[in-house]
Amino acid sequence: MSNRIFTHLDSLESESIHIMREVAAECKNPALLFSGGKDSIVMLRLAEKAFRPAKFPFPLVHIDTEHNFPEVIATRDKLAADLGERLIVRSLEDSIRRGTIVIKNPDLPRNPYQSVTLLETIAEFDFDACMGGARRDEEKARAKERIFSFRDEFGQWDPKNQRPELWDIYNTRVHPGENIRVFPISNWTELDIWQYIGREKLHIPSIYYAHEREVIRRGNSVIPVSDLVQPKPGEKVEVLSVRFRTVGDVTCTAPVESTASNVEEIIAETATTRITERGATRMDDQTSDASMELRKKEGYF
Amino acid sequence: MSDTTQLLRFITAGSVDDGKSTLIGRLLHDSKSIFEDQFSAIARTSEKRGMAAVDLSLLTDGLQAEREQGITIDVAYRYFATPKRKFIIGDTPGHEQYTRNMVTAASTANLVVILIDARRGVLVQTRRHTYLASLVGIPHIVLAVNKMDMVDYSEARFDEICTEYLAFAAQLGLHNVTCVPLSALVGDMLVDRGENLNWYQGPTLMELLENVEIDHDVNTTDFRFPVQWVCRPQTEEYHDFRGFMGRIEAGEVSVGDEITVMPSGRTSHVKQIVTLDGELQTAFAPQSVAITLTDEIDISRGDMFVKADYLPTVTREFDAMLCWLSETPLDKQRKYLVKHTTRTAKCLFSSIDYRVDVNTLEQHANPTVNMNDIAHVRLKVQQPLVVDAYKRNRASGSFIVIDEATNNTVAAGMIA
Repeated sequence: MSNRIFTHLDSLESESIHIMREVAAECKNPALLFSGGKDSIVMLRLAEKAFRPAKFPFPLVHIDTEHNFPEVIATRDKLAADLGERLIVRSLEDSIRRGTIVIKNPDLPRNPYQSVTLLETIAEFDFDACMGGARRDEEKARAKERIFSFRDEFGQWDPKNQRPELWDIYNTRVHPGENIRVFPISNWTELDIWQYIGREKLHIPSIYYAHEREVIRRGNSVIPVSDLVQPKPGEKVEVLSVRFRTVGDVTCTAPVESTASNVEEIIAETATTRITERGATRMDDQTSDASMELRKKEGYF
Repeated sequence: MSDTTQLLRFITAGSVDDGKSTLIGRLLHDSKSIFEDQFSAIARTSEKRGMAAVDLSLLTDGLQAEREQGITIDVAYRYFATPKRKFIIGDTPGHEQYTRNMVTAASTANLVVILIDARRGVLVQTRRHTYLASLVGIPHIVLAVNKMDMVDYSEARFDEICTEYLAFAAQLGLHNVTCVPLSALVGDMLVDRGENLNWYQGPTLMELLENVEIDHDVNTTDFRFPVQWVCRPQTEEYHDFRGFMGRIEAGEVSVGDEITVMPSGRTSHVKQIVTLDGELQTAFAPQSVAITLTDEIDISRGDMFVKADYLPTVTREFDAMLCWLSETPLDKQRKYLVKHTTRTAKCLFSSIDYRVDVNTLEQHANPTVNMNDIAHVRLKVQQPLVVDAYKRNRASGSFIVIDEATNNTVAAGMIA
């Protein structure tokens, strides 16, 4: 054994494959949430590792805010097509038309409303398990969440009433109407993700690499100029070299200033960065110390 | 980090008063794993609470409920890395009623850091944590004698505590203990050696975590491969492909090896070991692979591939140590579900022999089994399970018990 080195990436990969196979074997109608972001692209590779040479025993599902970066949507569609897997897209616009989401200010971030469309999609397809690419290192509330996270029939998470999770024997049982969120990459960190992208040579949207972009400064953040975000009077548009560490709603995802233009440079930056991923890039998580916990209780990922 | 970085999972056991959160905060801080925004958030909170210095224990306070009550209510996982290893810390509360949380976090750990306050020495809770560590079979134990700054960094005090502790550990059959003196508050002997403990020649806590040998924490001899999923692509290219997918839980396997399928006992040979990255000649624990065989045998999820040189036991009745996790006590009249490797079966408890008092280690006969209780029981299972003793093989010796009415996980079991 001593001459075989099983690295931390090997350990994490094997654990994630094991989790995905448990989901496939024990859940009646699972789905894999896939947005085209870097974490979900890693999830897709892990699913290939888990199930090839067969097709995935579940569809890919994207809950689309339609506040998108075009590069990410292009990557989403290309990867699903290249792999020959079924992609289901459900949009917040559908929920808005139905009247189940009422948007007060069209310019504001739409992440809080994603829960509604997600729960409607789960009901539409009768999914009993949704796999997502959330990681415990992202946020305090996530650090306490199980890999198999049970949700009641309202899609709600009760942090005080979680099932104990021992060894890697997962309890996947639910009553009709309830469902489980499964997080196969719970134990991965941002650095692990980048190392894996490098090792597996994964294609990710170009906006993760340093590029020149028109931005405006608001508070401590740099915000990308887009159709949805235009400078207010008195704000100055600058062109900076930036990259995105996370990709979400275009109106609330801030890039970081960077010149890292390939995976190796990003790994070097990530290993030495002094700001958390969400702290640097997600304005919606900074409203209070418990924002993520509150959103999760309401059914958010 | 390099291409040879290994993963180490460890837990810390101790009460709030032992400085456990401070110790974790210190490890994260001194290994430069705390981010500026996290640090400024806890600095603000420390100031609001009128503290003179930044309270590093605030780093591990996760949920709103905990922040309000000032206690940790559940297991939280933290991550940090050094150039040598990536670490996952299972942060478990030390409060009296939380045996279940420690057992939960301990179940996946390579190592436990048991914290002692140098002023107070070996306490009832120290014995409890050590007993639970031995019950769950954590391979490595570190006794961290904290708050050495409060006992004038006394070598004699450290030796006294270690002697008492090692004698107790030996009673439990534990010989894999390393003792370290430290001060989490000051930072001595965690990442940096500091100036105050020069009489101590051993490794710092971080050196221990980085260098402890973990290759043999899994059983490397008895091949165990529970079948998770049968892969039948049914495409033109893979028309006859039947891959048995799963994770090797112990030992290793090579192409050409004879394997026995349990519980049927039928034998075949390994034709291919398939992965997305190509076929392998040999695979070992804990790799996830797909195995094809030279013969067509009826095999499904829940079966286990083993090798004839050390066969597991196929049984419908066995003894086990149980940690009860549910607020509803064990009911001997009810049927439960047992999930063991990839097999789930109905079960009932044919006897409850005794309960172990985790504070005194005394055995109490004919008990009721409540939350946080450890009990010796006998289970009857509706279909045969393929088991090993937990002490020999964690993966094929462990199981969970599920209450079918609520679907809750109500107990963790270790096969005797």
